[in-house]
Amino acid sequence: MGLMVEGKELETDEEGYLLDLNDWTREAGAELAKTENLEMTDSHWEVIDFLREYYDEYQIAPAVRVLTKAIGKKLGKEKGNSKYLYELFPYGPAKQACKVAGLPKPTGCI
Amino acid sequence: MSSVIKQFLYVNRKAPYGTVYALESLEVVLIGAAFEQDVRLMFMDDGVFQITKGQETTDIGMKNFSPTFGALGDYDVKYMYVCKQSLEERGLTVDDLMDLKWEDEDDDWAEKDSIILVDRAEIKSLMTDADVVLSF
Repeated sequence: MGLMVEGKELETDEEGYLLDLNDWTREAGAELAKTENLEMTDSHWEVIDFLREYYDEYQIAPAVRVLTKAIGKKLGKEKGNSKYLYELFPYGPAKQACKVAGLPKPTGCI
Repeated sequence: MSSVIKQFLYVNRKAPYGTVYALESLEVVLIGAAFEQDVRLMFMDDGVFQITKGQETTDIGMKNFSPTFGALGDYDVKYMYVCKQSLEERGLTVDDLMDLKWEDEDDDWAEKDSIILVDRAEIKSLMTDADVVLSF
């Protein structure tokens, strides 16, 4: 099973996560969002960009608690709470946002 | 989430690459920390190499996971004990180690050093004080 992006098939696992995070582009992110039925807005992309930067720096996708705290610090207190993140990603910021960002599932997310 | 918080001490004694111990330990540390336990790390013997600066793994075909230690402060991991003798035996000093920090929420988010040098006697009492000691 793969993901079609601009005529090219990208490899994914059985849950639809990209196998190679270097395959990720904004277009791939948009396609991944469709598989999660997400209507992407600037607020969504802000979280996605944050996750990609976090992964670049630390080589892991953060646990939800860590993501929440870090988002609050970087993007403002009103965004650093799980209510805000769950409104954007109803099925779990870790699961859905990491998927759209082309990252592996977060460690510690069982 | 469990309401009982235990103190976990993860003792890392092996070099970062060549075996999977170091990476597996780090994974378990992240899981323990995600469950909001009191997670502390100890590096001794060749384990001190896990947190050295400037690791470069391209030629050995393994992922350089050392940047992940930098995220542990975000997970409220505040104590990383390093055995003084192990550093000395390998010709290393604390300056060869990554500058690992955590932020103290109760002190206006001041950055504090995570690395604490300890001698063998202190290691013994740290192991005695921990609820759970896991050796990798």
